[in-house]
Amino acid sequence: MSRIRKVAEEGGFVAALGALLVFAAFPFYWMIITTFKRDGDLYNLESNPFWFNQAPTLEHIKLLFAQTQFVRWIENSLLIGVVVVLITLVTAVPAGYSLARMGGNKAENLGIGIFLTYLVPPTLLFLPLARVVSLLGLQDSLWSLVLVYPTFTIPFCTWLLMGFFKSVPRAIEEAAIVDGCTLLGAFTKVILPISVPGILTVVIFTFTLTMQEFIYALTFISSENQVPVTLGVATDLVRGDIFYWGSLMAAALIASVPFAILYNMFLDRFIMGITGGAMK
Amino acid sequence: MDYAIAQPGQRRFRFALDQAHILGPLFIAPAILYIALLVAIPFFLALYYSVSAYNMGNLSLSFVGLKNFIAVTKSEIFQRTLLNTIVFTIASNALALVLGKIAALLLMREFPGRKIARFLLILPWAVPVALAAITWRWMLDSMYSVINWILVHLHIIPAYMWPNWLGQEELAMISVIVVQAWRLFPFAAIVFLAGLTSVPKTIIDASYIDGAGYWRRTFQIVLPMILPIMMVAMLFGLVFTFTDMSVVYLLTKGGPTNSTQVLGSLAFQVGILSGDVGQGAAISLYLFPFMLLATFFLLRYLRRRDI
Repeated sequence: MSRIRKVAEEGGFVAALGALLVFAAFPFYWMIITTFKRDGDLYNLESNPFWFNQAPTLEHIKLLFAQTQFVRWIENSLLIGVVVVLITLVTAVPAGYSLARMGGNKAENLGIGIFLTYLVPPTLLFLPLARVVSLLGLQDSLWSLVLVYPTFTIPFCTWLLMGFFKSVPRAIEEAAIVDGCTLLGAFTKVILPISVPGILTVVIFTFTLTMQEFIYALTFISSENQVPVTLGVATDLVRGDIFYWGSLMAAALIASVPFAILYNMFLDRFIMGITGGAMK
Repeated sequence: MDYAIAQPGQRRFRFALDQAHILGPLFIAPAILYIALLVAIPFFLALYYSVSAYNMGNLSLSFVGLKNFIAVTKSEIFQRTLLNTIVFTIASNALALVLGKIAALLLMREFPGRKIARFLLILPWAVPVALAAITWRWMLDSMYSVINWILVHLHIIPAYMWPNWLGQEELAMISVIVVQAWRLFPFAAIVFLAGLTSVPKTIIDASYIDGAGYWRRTFQIVLPMILPIMMVAMLFGLVFTFTDMSVVYLLTKGGPTNSTQVLGSLAFQVGILSGDVGQGAAISLYLFPFMLLATFFLLRYLRRRDI
């Protein structure tokens, strides 16, 4: 009896896991298969859509690199990402440290206050920010995104870093100060070097946050040579009303792979960041 | 000699940087300044736009009182949009929460290939929304939808009578809800999993020794402990869905006939595309009371958390 129950339990587990995996991952399988299918195979209602009925092809990828600005969009995204990471580090690292170490209860409230600004959505700020961007002469330029993206990366990263710095034992700075460092010296010479893993996590997440953003990019930028890759793929690869699904999926696939790998590598750190930041 | 003169000033400077009450504010000032300039001031600008006649033809910003709010609130499209936003938010978050909980419970167990399973389950959350949504758009294509192909071949729907997922009002709403839930559920799963694994084992062991059964352990010990962090995650999901427009814009642009229009996408259409900034701002300010409510609860749970 208990054996039957056990088998049923195992069966239920496998079925539930299988169903959830298909739901989560099928779109990615679909990206891959579409990328390498010939058009004649793609737009055919009769044949089995899950596998190749004609030989696979690299045609869509070639088209993407030769006849669209895909490479330029990737460069744009990287440029935006790198500059925003720098701005975020310069502001959020000291802010996180200050909140974690210098200022007791008031700092706790201030930290929560900064974190809450992360909740103010692009859909509320895009109208006034569009005005700010045009006053600064940045409309239709990727520098508008460099200016605006830190408004959500700074609050988010300050919160994460506050958590990391709180987990560093106070005794380390105290020892440095006893050895003759100033408070600033203890921070730059002792705390920063041992916080490299935490800071690296913040770099990765700032970078992915900027790469994932869509609404501000859609609002501020329309020139094809200024858009980041996500916006370029979603809007500029569609000619008129015609979707070139092969090259669209090729672009989505190529641009997605780095995110999948980075998230998988840094997920545990990220979880620690959230729960660490939430720890009193 | 110069060196000797410079010495006291340098020491004073050094002294200042050694004081936590000077260095602390100095360290945090750049972050606060950035947020004040590009979040706080724009927010008040949005407030002002909503009571002004600001549009593409009239840049004067003249004060018009509540005219924009009245015009917006009276419009049938807006009323429909507000209702859509509520349905979209609640349905997609409820679905994401259920799926996330199932995923977390499945991943609690050790099994071969668990790492790969975890990797595949977080993919929807890791990949940029624009790329994921465009893939869903292809899967829900009016002609070549793979979902319809499956339904036809399972004889659930007759051939050549397939539904147009993004072109029929109810189906379009269901589609955007499912895609949003697909995006959100890995986050719910991650937070749930982090919460569950951070309950100290000693507490679980103690509950066994004290004779607590499965239900009592789950509902009176584990759930109350992870509730604050779960609530924080859930409120986040709600706020992000309520204020977002990405999935809707990318899948349906709010159509057909505004059946999937949400506050964010309507504000974009009116304020940016049509250039009526005053009315657009009034629409997006409808997001604000909701955010205030969410913030109130967030503060309660952020302070109460112990995991």
